Parts: sequence; structure tokens; C-alpha cells
Amino acid sequence: MPRNRRLTASAVAVAALSVLTAACTGQSGNSASDDPNAKTTITFWHGWSAPAEVKAIKDNIDRFEDAHPNIKVNVVGNINDDKLNQALRAGGSKGPDVVSSFTTSNVGKFCSSGAFADLAPFIKKDKIDLEKTFPKVLLQYTQFEGDRCALPLLSDAYGLYYNKDAFKEAGITAPPKTMSELADVAKKLTKPKGDTYERVGMMPTYHGYETVVDHYMSSWDHAYFDKDGKSNVAKDPAFAKMFTYQKKLVEDLGGFGKLEKFRSTFGDEWGAKHPFHTGQVAMQLDGEWRLGMAEDAGADFEIGVAPMPVADDEADSYGKGFLSGTIMGIAPQSKKQNAAWELVKYMTTDTKAVVEFANGIRNVPSTFAALKSPDLDFDPRFKTFLDIAQHPKSSTPDGAINGATYQQTLQDFGFQYEKGSVKNLQEGLEKTAQQIDRDIEQAK
Amino acid sequence: MSSNTLRSKRRRSALRTAAFLSPWLIGFSVFFAYPLVSTVYFSFMKYDGFNAPVWNGLGNWSYVFSDYPMFWPSLRNTLWLVLVMVACRVLFGLGVGLLITKIKTGTGVFRTLFYLPYLAPPVAATLAFVFLLNPGTGPVNTILGDLGLPTPGWFNDATWSKPALTALAVWGIGDLMVIFMAALLDVPKEQYEAAELDGTSSWQRFRFVTLPNISPIVLFAVVTGVIQAMQYYTQPLVAGKVASGVIGGSGQQFEPGYPDKSTLTLPQLVYNLGFQRFDYGAACVVALVLFALAMVFTAFLMRRRGGLIGTGD
Repeated sequence: MPRNRRLTASAVAVAALSVLTAACTGQSGNSASDDPNAKTTITFWHGWSAPAEVKAIKDNIDRFEDAHPNIKVNVVGNINDDKLNQALRAGGSKGPDVVSSFTTSNVGKFCSSGAFADLAPFIKKDKIDLEKTFPKVLLQYTQFEGDRCALPLLSDAYGLYYNKDAFKEAGITAPPKTMSELADVAKKLTKPKGDTYERVGMMPTYHGYETVVDHYMSSWDHAYFDKDGKSNVAKDPAFAKMFTYQKKLVEDLGGFGKLEKFRSTFGDEWGAKHPFHTGQVAMQLDGEWRLGMAEDAGADFEIGVAPMPVADDEADSYGKGFLSGTIMGIAPQSKKQNAAWELVKYMTTDTKAVVEFANGIRNVPSTFAALKSPDLDFDPRFKTFLDIAQHPKSSTPDGAINGATYQQTLQDFGFQYEKGSVKNLQEGLEKTAQQIDRDIEQAK
Repeated sequence: MSSNTLRSKRRRSALRTAAFLSPWLIGFSVFFAYPLVSTVYFSFMKYDGFNAPVWNGLGNWSYVFSDYPMFWPSLRNTLWLVLVMVACRVLFGLGVGLLITKIKTGTGVFRTLFYLPYLAPPVAATLAFVFLLNPGTGPVNTILGDLGLPTPGWFNDATWSKPALTALAVWGIGDLMVIFMAALLDVPKEQYEAAELDGTSSWQRFRFVTLPNISPIVLFAVVTGVIQAMQYYTQPLVAGKVASGVIGGSGQQFEPGYPDKSTLTLPQLVYNLGFQRFDYGAACVVALVLFALAMVFTAFLMRRRGGLIGTGD
């Protein structure tokens, strides 16, 4: 081979291979039997990172260790789903025994793939009556097609935060209860300033932090999938109603471009400069954590809390809302699954543990007993979220074998529709439904 | 010498050669050959990383090319970055290198100033650019607005997001500047003197003296630039997330490639499919597409190097 051709061939090969090092490896693990009374150390991975949250976890673990002197817990925080996925795939002795995730929509993936161990044998052994312990929605989002691979560890309930001072200034006496009222109030509260705003009544775009498709959808009675497991987004009129409503609200408040430009001036969602804290938005759809965050940030107005308004023709269901939460399970590769179960059981079902932890991180308790506990130590406004969590029509998206992919697909359609890239709503929803079905087929 | 002795000598020689080559052979097998073969194998399998792989024929290929809505936008974006971003980086790197080799005073200061951005961690540099180019509050648009000039949406506008990424990449051309400076200082002075005696212009001296002499370095810069552009992951991901306002938290959806898929690149798809959706098979298909693209670009550049920039070696 001539020198130049050899040089070319070598360079080509090395260059090409260098972009291919995302190798595909991995192995599945086996469950192990261990003596739960033996002295052992287990590792617990969680996603909390704020100092108050980390302290609450530590306090909870200290209580567990006091109650189970033979089990020591090595706690690792600030773990997101990506890190968790890699660890569960890789296995090994340094991996976690007990795992948790904030992403309830990934439970379908965790259960169907075997990423989380099956908890049914443990639950059966300890005779835990799940229906009597946890609210229905929480039980729904911690299993997939009958596979119980997780249990709820506190929950998140979403409602409407509003600036009471702004309401008073605009002559509004009560929070909106229907979506039409929400639109009217949002318009009244909006204060233009030149070609932008001093304040918007509400940031309705899907990038307005928690104003995403699945959170909006909780105001309408809806089903993501039909009885055959096919996407229902083009068939269930609730979806078209929501997309139409949101787009009209975007237009009524000034249009997508103007709102997006104003949105780019917002501080980040988890910082002190959140637009609700700064008064740039007067209403915010958000989880129960916002109350504490807004007060910690020193918001200089009176904060009101109410359930999210509901569809006009569903006014009798006012009080419901979107629910999600943290889930907890056991790594299938763990050789200490019985000890790991002791921690899962304690943190998810022990009333004192759940109440103390909920008080510590200002989340909604996840068991019936804890929700009714007199030891709950909350601001009176927090009761709104406790009620949303127990409302029979509160909802969460269905699980799917590919996790949150179908929600992402629907959300992507929302991004296109709100800015006017998609003109025909029904046609767009039909294409979205086809894409959702195709993605699920690929994942099976 | 008997034939047996000769054979034995050749065998010993072959073994000695193999022994000297063994570190490279082991490295090549473990880090290149095995991943390549595995990637091809898994591209035909259904594999989630937890359960045993199952034969899937061309299913993953058909899904990626026909039904995965992020593939074609990502491919277009990656090609755009390969063509535009690499060209801009090389041109600016060469330009800055030329300027610094020409100036008489303050060379060290300018060299340091231009090199420093290259040392900035990619995430920090991207965050800084997103804040500087924020269409609502960023100083760049404030100045442009004060001057009566248009104020682009930068990372919040699909038309401007890739040019903004290119600006970020050009800002960090310190590595290329150093390489080009070394090459430029290595061009024999006599050739410039001879060219000047022949009455050539500055452009002619650059075209017929400088460029042929530094052509291997230009080729190196282009080839490595193409490879880097194909592996471009951190900056577009961080820019998209920060500009969209979604930086993690309660599990809400992030728009991949915000805005409007304009910052999606193929490596992001490998990660999304393989490590977030547990679809190793489809992820391997995308990895193989990157492999093929890298081969095509590099082969093209190596074959055309004479025609493109002259033969300086």
C-alpha cells in the first residue's frame, strides 16, 4: 500500500473510531437473600441536595439506625436519574442498595426493565395492605402493569400560588376556580410596560417552569391511553381543549414572542429570583415546595394558595390537582435486599418517619396515617396541598414502558403548537399519537 | 544458514515485533475494536442494559431513520456545526495566530488573552455566554439596542442558536492559535525574502509561501475540528437547558435541543436513547452514523488536502 494511502487509511480509522467510544455494555443483576438481623451496612442514594433537605434525610436515617441497630446506612445525595441508571446497569459492590427518584413518570421503565427489584415478595412477607396505607394515585405511579417495583416516599401536590397584594390592587377578591376565570384574572393582573411587561398575570407558555402539558392536563378529566394501550391524545377531547385554551391564553396575554422575551428575564426556577418571588408573575402553577421557597426568598407580598382551577364543565371537581413525588425502591443487584427493605419500609410506611421527613423538607406526606397526623407541622396554607393530595380526582400521568418519553413527545407538540408552527391541532395530535405508539412499540 | 535456523530466526523476529506492538494492540483491541464490534452487534439487538439482548433485525435502523423525530434535525445540526463552526474556528485561529506573530510589542499579553478562554471549563463558558447573550437582560443585546441595531434572540431563537454556539467556539480558539503560531514561526524566512525580491504582495506571500508551509497543520486543525464537532455535546446541551429555563428539579420535561431542536446534536441522541430511554440498540445506530460520518469527512479531507491547501510536506 503506498505510504499516503496507508496514512489516509490509518487516520480515517483512528478518527472514525474516536467518535465511537460510547460503547454498549452492561449486565443484569440477581437478587440475593440476606439475614436482615445481621450486622450490615447498606447504601442509600437520593436526589436531595439543599442543606435543609440533607439534614432532614440525615435525621430520618438516624432514627432508622436507632430503631435498627444492626443496619448502618451510607447515604449518598444529589443523585439524578441518569446517575442512578448507570449505577443500576453497572451493578457492583459499590452501587446502591436502596434507590430513589423524583421522576415518577420513569417508573414504567424502572419496573418493566427490572432496573428496580420487585417489592411484592417483601410487601407480602410483611403483610402490608397498600390500599389502606397509600392514596390511590400514589400507588398508581409506583407500579407498572402490576409490577410493584417502588413505594411512594412523600408526594408533591400542585396548586395555584397567587400574589394577594396584586389581586387586591386589581380588585380581585378570590382565586379563580375555573379555567375561564383563570384567563380573566390573568388578563386583569397583566401590566404592560413599553413593548414588554412590568408583570404578567401568569406565564402561560410551556416553558413557564411548571406550566407544562401534563400539569395543565390535571385540570381536565383525561386519559393518556385507551383500553388497548394506544395513545388517546387525539381521541380524548380533553387534550384538544387544553391545547386550545393554553394557546388562546398565550395570545390574550400578548403573544408567544412577547411572552418568551419577557420570560428570558426571569431568574431560574430554583433560585431566589424566581419570577413569582420577584413579582414578575402574579400567579404560578407550582408544587407545594414553592411556599417555603418564596418565603425563604423574602417575597415582599402576601402569598395566597389555592387548588389549580378546573375546566369550566368540571367545576364540581374543584380541589383536584396534579400529583407526583419521590419513589423509593431496591437495587436488583443488591446482596442486602432484606436489610434494604427494612429501610424502604421504614421510610415509606412508618408514620412518625413520614411525618418527620415531610416536616423537614416541606413535602406532602404519602400515607393516609401521616396525612392525618396531628404532628404535621405546617403553615396553615399548606393544608390546601394536603387536601389536593387526598382529592379523589387528583391525577398523575399513566406509566409507560418507555417512561416519560410519551409525555416528552406530547410536550414537544405543545411547544410547536403554542408558537404557531402547527396550524391544524387535530392533525397535529393525530401525528403525536402515532409517534407515541411507535415509540412504545420500539421500547417493547 | 539452514532453513530451520532461518525459520526460527524469523519466528523470533515476529514474536519480538508482536511483543513491541502488544501495548498498542491491547489498547486498540480493548478501546477501539471491541467497542466497534459491540456497537455493530447491539445495533441489531433490542437491549436495555438490564436484560439479555434479543435479535431485532433492522428494527433499530428503521426506527432511527424513519420514526425517531430527533434524528434528522440532529444530523442537520451536526453537519452545520462541522461545516460552519470548524471553518470559523480554523479561520479565526489562523487569523489570530498571524496577527500575534506580526505584532512587535505586547505579544505575550495578547497570546495570554487569546489563550485564556480555552482554559475555561465548557459548562462555565457556556453559562457565561447564555447570560451575556440573554435577549432580555444580557449586556450584548443592551448595547446592540442602544446602538439601534437588531437584537437577536441568540440561544432563545432557533435561527441564532447555532451562530451563538459558533461564537462560543470561536471565543475559545486558544488551542488553534498556539498551534498555528508554532507553524507560522517555523516557515523559513528565506522564502519570504525571496518572494519579496520577486515583488509579491502580502496576499501572494500568504497564499504561495505561508499556506503551503503550514498546510499539514491546517489539515490537522480541520480533521481534529471535525471530530470535535461530531462529539459536540456539553455546550449545546447546557445552552439549551439554561436558555429554556429548565435546569432540573421536579422532573418536569426539558425540550431537547431548545429552541425548536436547533441545538440537538447526534451525541445528545446517543445519550438520550441509550442512557435515558434504555434503548441501546437505537443508540448504537446513531453511534454508527457518527462513525460513518467521521470516516467520510476524514477520508475526503485526506484525499483532497493537496487540492484544498497545496502540498507543503
